[in-house]
Amino acid sequence: MNVATRNFGAPIRRNEDPRLLSGQALFVDDVELPGMLYAAFLRSNVAHARIRSIDVAAARARDGVAAVYTAADLGDYWAPGPLLVPPPPIEGITFNQRTQVPLAKDKVRHVGEPLAVVLAQSRYLAEDALNDIAVELDPLPAVVDLEKALTGEARVHDDVRGNVAARVRQCRGDYAAARSRAKHVIARRFHYDHGASSPIETRGIVASWDARANQLTIWDTTQAPVFLRNGLAGMLGLSERQVRVIAPFVGGGFGPKIMLFYPEEVVIPWAAKRHNCPIKWIEDRLEHFFATTQERGQTHDAEIALDADGRILGVKDVFLHDTGAYNPYGLTVPINSQCTLLGPYVIPSYDSTFTAIFTTKPIVTPYRGAGRQHGVFVIERLLDIAAHELKIDRVEIRRSNLIPPDAFPYNNEIIYQDFAPLTYDSGNYEPILDKALAMIGYRTFLAGEQQKLRAQGRHVGVGVACYVEGTGIGPYEGAKVQVQANGRVSVATGIGTQGQGHFTSFAQIVADQLGVEVPDVDIVTGDTDQFYWGAGTFASRGAVVAGNAVNEAAKAVRQKILKLAAEHFECAEEDLEIANGEVSVTGVPGQAIKLGALALKANPMRGAVKPGAEPGLESTQYFGPPSGATASGVHAMIVEVDPQTFALDVLKYVVVHDCGTVINPLILAGQIHGGVAQGVGNAFYERLVFDDDGQLLNASLADYLLPTALEVPHMDIAHTVTVSPLNPLGIKGAGEAGAIPVGPLFAQAIEDALGLLDRDVELNEIPLSPGRLFELTAKLR
Amino acid sequence: MSTQMHAITVTVNGKQYSRQVEGRLLLSDFLRHDLLLAGTHVGCEHGVCGACTVIFDGAPVRSCLMFAAQTDGHRIETVEGLAADRDHLHPLQQAMRDCHGLQCGYCTPGILMTMKVFLEDNPNPDEAQIREALSGNLCRCTGYQHIVEAVQLAAERMRK
Repeated sequence: MNVATRNFGAPIRRNEDPRLLSGQALFVDDVELPGMLYAAFLRSNVAHARIRSIDVAAARARDGVAAVYTAADLGDYWAPGPLLVPPPPIEGITFNQRTQVPLAKDKVRHVGEPLAVVLAQSRYLAEDALNDIAVELDPLPAVVDLEKALTGEARVHDDVRGNVAARVRQCRGDYAAARSRAKHVIARRFHYDHGASSPIETRGIVASWDARANQLTIWDTTQAPVFLRNGLAGMLGLSERQVRVIAPFVGGGFGPKIMLFYPEEVVIPWAAKRHNCPIKWIEDRLEHFFATTQERGQTHDAEIALDADGRILGVKDVFLHDTGAYNPYGLTVPINSQCTLLGPYVIPSYDSTFTAIFTTKPIVTPYRGAGRQHGVFVIERLLDIAAHELKIDRVEIRRSNLIPPDAFPYNNEIIYQDFAPLTYDSGNYEPILDKALAMIGYRTFLAGEQQKLRAQGRHVGVGVACYVEGTGIGPYEGAKVQVQANGRVSVATGIGTQGQGHFTSFAQIVADQLGVEVPDVDIVTGDTDQFYWGAGTFASRGAVVAGNAVNEAAKAVRQKILKLAAEHFECAEEDLEIANGEVSVTGVPGQAIKLGALALKANPMRGAVKPGAEPGLESTQYFGPPSGATASGVHAMIVEVDPQTFALDVLKYVVVHDCGTVINPLILAGQIHGGVAQGVGNAFYERLVFDDDGQLLNASLADYLLPTALEVPHMDIAHTVTVSPLNPLGIKGAGEAGAIPVGPLFAQAIEDALGLLDRDVELNEIPLSPGRLFELTAKLR
Repeated sequence: MSTQMHAITVTVNGKQYSRQVEGRLLLSDFLRHDLLLAGTHVGCEHGVCGACTVIFDGAPVRSCLMFAAQTDGHRIETVEGLAADRDHLHPLQQAMRDCHGLQCGYCTPGILMTMKVFLEDNPNPDEAQIREALSGNLCRCTGYQHIVEAVQLAAERMRK
């Protein structure tokens, strides 16, 4: 009997929406508990200083203040946070682990680093009390510029010379040999700066200690509740079962809401236990710019070696990576940059070295794309410049270097962020490129349209950029599927959800397996008491890893249903069918039993069960892929640029994307739209501006410009499907893809619109902006 | 900081509330934490993101830029008042669901309240008008495209 796929692959409306649309979904700040105290943190207003003294006496004396704590009050609880991702096993690696602390003790290392916490009857009173605290700091020189950080006297961590957080070299083939026989070598310096994730919901945490039950309950805006529970239990001397972490509805994550063990996440549960009452802390928007991790800049000195026909012989890249004041997330971001630079192309030799550098700026950890953008920018720009110098069409130089479809699995012979060799599981890149070219009208645009527009005085250009995205990495996720007595099906999984539609896409998988409707499947994510194990939502892995675990558990429940129903009807399992919430005997009208009734039968009140029998219609299954699945795509854009103001008007934007089997095209489109929007922000609007003292000059949404409905263009999306052989559903992740190639696409299309390459102006940095374009084109005026 | 209290009587979603409020209490905090109408979300507290938008005497306002004390004698609508219950959504809510116009849903209440007034004033808007009207509300998840489609669909259904 085959499983019908009525729901899998269909554009089904989301189960979670009615709650969200009616204002009834629970977010962390909605948690209100009797006797709750409210926390506010005093933060450093300088980037780098020794702490001479912190006097909290006046704050403690203020009416309505319950307590004020500094690092000294934390006693043995004070410790640097865990290293969340150790460095991959790469030979010859340098890695200096320096993780963030709960409250600064001797030194502050970035603006916004917390110095003290106030607990009071309201947030208003807590903030009043912050003004009562007297802090004496001895300022130290800020470490802002990456090259100066390497050679200068100032050290972020006193014992780390040159501020070197890490140095990693990865090689494939013999680049020096490739270079010596190359016809063309093109070398450039590139700057790529990424920004602040800026979810509309900032971070927050509520912790409540129940002394009667010896139980700590934490509501946290985390993407990885299981890891947070485990870590906090260890820090607090509790067993994991005494700590329940709930990630309720979370208002956008995009990476920085992963289990960072932020100072606030470590301090608030400790204080809740100490005070035996609930405590809430909600980050405000100003704090978000300092206290939440960001992504930022890399400087690449890269060169590409090509033969006479534009075939890539090799790439060499040496880059500096700003890791901020601490490096709790290890090397994920720069390793992603290093690996993703290789893109969809055959690059027979590769020599890549990066140095991660401590600076006195907020911590850098993955934010949607997680360093992939930086690498993609470098290779795409190198190809654009090569095409121009070799007088080859921009698209044709890409096409001629694509990995051919018969070369998969394709091993790039370097190590990826998941510690496995960077091997692309499957792919078929040329049809994606052709589809994007057809949709954008590349040939007709270049063959005449562009000239016609230029004759009218309009500066319109086209861009085409390719990328791959490593997705769906391990180690594993699990899911528990359970038929309820009322016939509904419940599913619990350990990942958190921040808008990805898990309540629907997982329900689609289950609905097909168990013959129920999607609205009849209730999904729980992010509650460690509902599902104990798991890793979290990151690296575009939720649908791939948890989705397959849900599928395996649903399949196991399906087998249990068939087995029990066969006993009930005294027939063969092959004679049964599951549909419309019941099991029936094929061709025998009236012989049917509801799934809920069958679930009751699976939990008998009296009598003996057979040896080995398990109660209920439920199963818990786990899935772990051997390595990540590699998605791919092409974005193309036609843009008009005002040569006076450098204002942009995106006339057409096309995405062709291949993420294997599609569960829900509506949700997938949403993921891509949102990714592109963030990419547009990164490419042209969002820049974190630090001055030489390490002060962020634009820490508000009035100055740090998130794109609005006027800046984000309408997008046309199409898909090709190359299934992943690494999981039974054939899925690849899609969460980050939209954001990845937008930077090089903007650079290329703007250059084309203004005819910059012919006039020796290259756009080798991101973000651009009208002001920056004005500066970069100065020599043309 | 003065903690003088003000007596206010305000009508929220048709229901009258009388409360004593501190002068500095933001309307957003009053709605969320005093009246426990937590559907109004706070995103930036400086009037840029639009997540906290509510309807004040028929006009969309940022509840983070008003004090609760200013609402005495006025009428406020929040997302909780849009639909009778989850099974009977307002056409805008329904269209947002049908078009996948929300992901994390955090900015959604502000968008619904902004667009409700917009559609009352502009029953037949084109895409450019919708994008202009939407540009005061930040959404970090959707890229706006499905929201624009949802507003178009809602407008079409509401005209019938």
